[in-house]
Amino acid sequence: MNNLSKTITLVSATVLLTFSSFNVLAETPEEKGLAIAIKAQELDKGWGDSSSTMQMILRKKKGKERTREMRSRAVETESDGDRSLIIFDDPADVKGTAMLTHSHKVEPDDQWLFLPDLKRVKRISSSNKSGAFMSSEFAFEDMGSQEVEKYSYKYLRDENIDGRDYFVVERIPTDRKSGYTKQISWVDQETYRLQKVEFYDRKSALLKTLTASDFNLYLDKYWRPGRMDMQNHLTGKSTTLIFSEYSFGNGLTEDDFTKATLKKAK
Amino acid sequence: MKNSRLSCLGRNLSNFKPCITVFAYKTALIAVLGIGLFSTFGINTSHAAEWDSELSIEVRSFLNDSQRANQKNENLSLSFETEFYHDWDDDNQRFVIKPFARVDSLDDERTHFDLREFYWRKTFENQNLDLKIGLSKVFWGVTESVHLVDIINQNDGVENLDGEDKLGQPMINLSLDKDWGIVDFFILPYFRERTFPSLDGRPSLPFRIDIDNPVYISGAEEEHVDLALRYAQVFGDWDVGISHFSGTSREPLLVPSITATGLSLTPFYDQIEQSSLDLQATLENWLWKLELISNQGTLQDRYTALAGGFEYSFYDLKESGIDLGFIAEYLFDDRKEQSTSTFQNDIFIGGRFAFNDENNADLLAGIVYDLDNQTQFFSLEASMRIGQSMKVNLESRFFSVDDSSDAFFAIKDDDYIGINLTRFF
Repeated sequence: MNNLSKTITLVSATVLLTFSSFNVLAETPEEKGLAIAIKAQELDKGWGDSSSTMQMILRKKKGKERTREMRSRAVETESDGDRSLIIFDDPADVKGTAMLTHSHKVEPDDQWLFLPDLKRVKRISSSNKSGAFMSSEFAFEDMGSQEVEKYSYKYLRDENIDGRDYFVVERIPTDRKSGYTKQISWVDQETYRLQKVEFYDRKSALLKTLTASDFNLYLDKYWRPGRMDMQNHLTGKSTTLIFSEYSFGNGLTEDDFTKATLKKAK
Repeated sequence: MKNSRLSCLGRNLSNFKPCITVFAYKTALIAVLGIGLFSTFGINTSHAAEWDSELSIEVRSFLNDSQRANQKNENLSLSFETEFYHDWDDDNQRFVIKPFARVDSLDDERTHFDLREFYWRKTFENQNLDLKIGLSKVFWGVTESVHLVDIINQNDGVENLDGEDKLGQPMINLSLDKDWGIVDFFILPYFRERTFPSLDGRPSLPFRIDIDNPVYISGAEEEHVDLALRYAQVFGDWDVGISHFSGTSREPLLVPSITATGLSLTPFYDQIEQSSLDLQATLENWLWKLELISNQGTLQDRYTALAGGFEYSFYDLKESGIDLGFIAEYLFDDRKEQSTSTFQNDIFIGGRFAFNDENNADLLAGIVYDLDNQTQFFSLEASMRIGQSMKVNLESRFFSVDDSSDAFFAIKDDDYIGINLTRFF
């Protein structure tokens, strides 16, 4: 290493130190929002793989209910977004249909659909972010993995609800194809789990509210909601997702989430 | 012809007496129906072993008067399919059996039975290797209007014009799934003849097809062992497949011959070498697709055929929740007029609506237009769910043909509208 590069290294180190100490003293709301998101992601790292059963209850304004059932498996990858497989069990006409997603931190996700009647695997566009997942109030982008890179952040305030402290953070989707202009999220200060999200549509009107509940702790470290409720304020419709049979450490690897394994999904 | 149990499958059995009696056939049908009904009681609801069945009633109404004495303008048909599967050995082994049967009011050829799937599969997890032995179904390809590359399974031609119903193909399949791609090797020890509607069925050709006496260029006839190899990989936005097939052509030439009962067409199965490429680029709202085949027969000269185009989707049209896909594909076959395919210089234009409603309603409508002779083939398919365990399909095919040399000319009066109601158990 020559002297010049040493000098540059030294200068960079000094600059970094200066900036870090500056951050501690006066963190901007944007930096604090980002720091909360990074901390939440750090705490949730290392879960490996998981599988669960999902029941989806669709409600119309007048209370008429319909149910959907599916199973989901997911695996964490080292350098990129999670990989997941959703297998549909009910209603009967879509039974056996399966969806494979390779999510990416920045690039659009890769998605394939398996159609059991034709034995056909179709690569599908992941551009349909704002589209309804299974005609529910959950959009595809609400179901995808929540990578830090998918939003820009701004810390708004602290809030105490029913004796628990929350960070209230504004998230703005970085993807212009998102159906939302902003989201207001409530992050639990003790566990960093996401408790509630308000979604604002392209006209910046409050569109939906997501509430997570019935949290359980898995592997002594990872909080997962047993229930998620999505209320649409414009249509009056709502969807409840109930998770059961959560299991971790099933020995799943990235190899279990390929186009070849999608064809075998049952 | 050799008498083999397998050759009974997918064939009109009453016309093929040496093989299996009508009585045995009916018994099998009743057994299948019985098993299906039994399954409705839910003998097992775990995911390691399961029965799934569907019973369909189909009504087709033909808009033009029939051309032949036994044909009618209305057709009623009942079909039943049931699947049993069982996974064990940590899901590393699977057994599947999937019988299918149809009873048709008009067409004796369409009244038939087939084992769509009947196989055992073992996964060697450490090697990322799968071994599958038995009857199974494989789909290759990407385009919507035709399926050029898809060659492993024979068409169950009595079911539908679209070539998407397939007969179970006996196979030994080794599948290797690695980071650098998926390699599939197939040994296909037994050939399944294409099924054809009878003279009474609609749509059908105006000549008797002598399905009991097919001619093979290979001395091994239907026991010729066919081989196939495929490599598939995903390169970012691109899904690519390269395949080669060596064996009995799935598409027979129909050779006119004079028999005691008059003129009939004899299915003639050549030996072919077919290489193919299929690729799709998925670029945001655009899907770009190409299927290309190069086929060399023992008797037929080398020819090239392709289908290529795009599908562009408008998602959530005017915030209605509806997705609209616009599809355009160009179809080419350099055999020109000798082409057994009618799609030698045609374009397909279509639209796909996905309503994304609670009944999962969708609609696909399209037209194939022949740029050489202006023949038009119009097709519409729509479906929606009814309640939790029923589905209704609407299907319509219309033909507009002036050129008597076009393959569609023979069925130009067989325009129809069909409704299919399916109950899932």
